Amino acid sequence: MELDKKIETLLEKYFEATSTAAEERELREYFSGGDVAPHLEHHAPMFTFFSEAKNQRSTRKVPLKARRNYVRWVSVAAVAVLMLGLYFGNQYREQQKAEFAYQETRKALGLIAQNLDRGTQKVAHLSEFEETKQKIYKNN
Amino acid sequence: MPFKDKLYRVAKRLLISSEEAEDATQEVLMKLWAGKKKMGRYKNVEAFAMTMTKNFCLDRLKSKQSGNLKLVHSNYADKGASSLQKQVEARDSVSLVERIMDDLPEQQRLILQLRDVESYEYEEIEKLMDMKPTAVRVTLSRARKAVRDKLIEMHRYGIG
Repeated sequence: MELDKKIETLLEKYFEATSTAAEERELREYFSGGDVAPHLEHHAPMFTFFSEAKNQRSTRKVPLKARRNYVRWVSVAAVAVLMLGLYFGNQYREQQKAEFAYQETRKALGLIAQNLDRGTQKVAHLSEFEETKQKIYKNN
Repeated sequence: MPFKDKLYRVAKRLLISSEEAEDATQEVLMKLWAGKKKMGRYKNVEAFAMTMTKNFCLDRLKSKQSGNLKLVHSNYADKGASSLQKQVEARDSVSLVERIMDDLPEQQRLILQLRDVESYEYEEIEKLMDMKPTAVRVTLSRARKAVRDKLIEMHRYGIG
């Protein structure tokens, strides 16, 4: 009886649109339970309908394309490839340069060695001269 | 989309036809998707989407009316239907409530849907409908009473 009284006041507030969300939930719960007072029964279909209507679902799939996203990822991949290319390309070029420098140095060193050789040959003549000079000194 | 079904239910409440409601929902979601960059600027995307749906459906109704066309739907039978199957269906008080609700003026229908089905707060409804708080309450009260009175009337005199 007490519950009925409470529901009646809630209903009154409900129809004056002064009820809170919690109070409306209470009403829906009351009317969805089987224990409804006979003199309030005619309100039940309303609340049952509201609860049921909330379960309607849209059945169509909406095709939302993620094309812009795809383009973005492709550009990220392209940039990554470019960076890698630059990095390894640079490394390769550096190696080539080093190789070239090595060859040049070798050539230069070879040249020096050759000239040095020629120099020592000439110096050999000098020692011959020295030897003869010594001989002459000794004879004196 | 977390609120797709909500949009669909509101669209269906306004347009009645499920087919039209699906079209409207799709249209709104596509528009939302196209402008998703701007979405960060809106505080409440759901409320924004709901407003779009409301406006889209009302436009749709208006253009149909001016073209002297009626939205065709096959969701339920006409009132005058007389086959046994339809009578049984009509006696089902719950689907009766839906029929009553769909006969209400658009504004009442929409507010009733937002409050009693989707459990929106009053402030949200005020913003969505661009109405004063008292106006929302008066409309809601009228809608609820109208449903109740129709329901009682139909029970008293039988369905017809």
